[in-house]
Amino acid sequence: MTTQITEPATAAAPGPGEPPKKAKTPRYKTTWRKAFKRDWQLYTLVIVPLLFFLVFRYAPMLGNVIAFRKFVPGGSIYGETWVGLRYVKMFVNDPNFWEVFGNTMALGALSLVFTFPLPIVLALLLNEVRSRYFKRFVQTVSYLPHFLSIVIVAGMVMQLVSLEGTVNQIVRALGGEAVSFIQDPSWFRTIYVSSEVWQTVGWGTILYLAALTTIDSQLYEAARIDGANRWQQTWHVTLPGIRPTMITLLILNIGTFMAVGFEKVLLLYNPLTYPTADVVSTYLYRVGLVSNNFSYAAAIGLFESIIGLTLILSANAISRRTVGTSLW
Amino acid sequence: MVTTDPTRVMERLDKPAGARRTSLDDSRGYRIFRVVNAIVLLGVVVVTLYPFVNIVAQSFSSEVYIRTGQVNLVPRGFNLDTYKLVAADPAFWNSYLNTVIYTVTATAISIVLTTIYAYVLSKKHLKGRGLLVGVAVFTMFFNGGLIPNYVLVNGLGMTNTIWAIVLPNAISVFNLLVMKAFFESLPPELEEAAAIDGLNTYGILLRIVLPLSKAVLATMILFYAVANWNSWFQAFLYLDRADLFPVTVYLRNMIAGATSATSVGAVETNAVAISANIKAVTMVLTVLPIIAVYPFIQRYFVSGVMLGAVKQ
Repeated sequence: MTTQITEPATAAAPGPGEPPKKAKTPRYKTTWRKAFKRDWQLYTLVIVPLLFFLVFRYAPMLGNVIAFRKFVPGGSIYGETWVGLRYVKMFVNDPNFWEVFGNTMALGALSLVFTFPLPIVLALLLNEVRSRYFKRFVQTVSYLPHFLSIVIVAGMVMQLVSLEGTVNQIVRALGGEAVSFIQDPSWFRTIYVSSEVWQTVGWGTILYLAALTTIDSQLYEAARIDGANRWQQTWHVTLPGIRPTMITLLILNIGTFMAVGFEKVLLLYNPLTYPTADVVSTYLYRVGLVSNNFSYAAAIGLFESIIGLTLILSANAISRRTVGTSLW
Repeated sequence: MVTTDPTRVMERLDKPAGARRTSLDDSRGYRIFRVVNAIVLLGVVVVTLYPFVNIVAQSFSSEVYIRTGQVNLVPRGFNLDTYKLVAADPAFWNSYLNTVIYTVTATAISIVLTTIYAYVLSKKHLKGRGLLVGVAVFTMFFNGGLIPNYVLVNGLGMTNTIWAIVLPNAISVFNLLVMKAFFESLPPELEEAAAIDGLNTYGILLRIVLPLSKAVLATMILFYAVANWNSWFQAFLYLDRADLFPVTVYLRNMIAGATSATSVGAVETNAVAISANIKAVTMVLTVLPIIAVYPFIQRYFVSGVMLGAVKQ
């Protein structure tokens, strides 16, 4: 069974994105024969992990051909017959698809707007704390949600916003009517983004705090001699000092823009909130695995992956040209 | 404390940013800012902890008080009956045991594969190294997607087996790069000397390199173990027999069953909405191992993230 899958994958593995197909030209002066003779033990170590990548990463990439082929459950994982762009046309003409696409963009943009800057703010605030015990305490507490399973987070969210939960108790105390938040489409984005912030803001400070410790303290002295107050020091010394970190994380954030927390949406949404909550990944999950339209769902998934790849490549290129920092 | 890598990293993080810290010349405005800052940070602490406290309070409360919205910080109608009820449910313990089995197996497989691949990738002279790195890194930015993965795992006959849980995500490229960065930082002289003494590559890895890598290995084991303990979607997707469910899926079905009628494939113990205190107890028991080890593992995670960042 395994070999049947790996074979086509091996043949095409160095394909997407990898230049060193031309590694045959003597880049390292050593011939492959000599290299194998000297390092054969290292090469043997590579076999199993490489097999993992070929089978579980590259074979599914090729598996995307079912977006253009008719797939029969139980048949070949690469489909039966070519159908051309049938499934692509299908989703382009599917109003549901464009609705979930819009939802994805909205949720992705909102998440980015809140989860990207807030860790920077928190890191700057932590940086002004003088008591190292207090600082350590706040950090330890704020990292905690990062270690929770998304299932637990979803469970907590649902308890908090349930009709008898804390949020509705506050609403009632302020004289309002209890709201069924989890079934109300107009609240879904708020719930999603706030729980996202709750879970990620503390952990997101780590890299900034690390970058802050590397700023040369002489820069602050010089700024003070020039008459800069604390705020001006922060603006002209601290922020430029952590700019490379900010850009790197921004690129990574943009790259995952389309992949908005699929698992969390899946756990938090329900048919009543589909109008705002349903995103591309959950839609294709239902189309593919609940309704068994594998090829159609694969076409949507391929489209999503390509957008993701394009986003990260362009974010990287733009930042390299404009600010000179990039991931590679 | 012990002089492992993580400790040193944490100390560096704790170090205040040098010459800025002189309280003598604080302006009045800055002193006010510091008070406000402390209050804001305490607010962050309260908001972060509140959901935990709330769940724990609910787990000790009687259902009546939860249903009427009276449980916030302290348990009302304190009792241990719910804990006894959940503890008496064999399905809960069975899923708990499944989680332990999946976590241990998956972590063992992951750590072996990641270590050997990272070790090979750290050998700068190796021909084809660029290609091997590229094969891994490319998967960070492009992946096959849900449907082809599902079709593949199905096609391999892994559905309803442990392999569907432990194999498809065996290597995390982020962890791989962290380990590679660590191996590259080891002095090459040690390995050269070992080679002269007649050790082959496998011997060098097992007897020279790994003993020097205990801190990074511990970090990696924790990374994988926590991720596996928390994961649910693989199991949700590929397992449909309730006796194979990990505790996260057990919990998910419990939560989903109570809130939406459309929970697909949810296996309910009883068709009626599951009461809030039972959910709370299940959540507390699921998260307990993580919270219990959290104070000890936190610094390993922080240092691991930073090791990874250095190389990015």
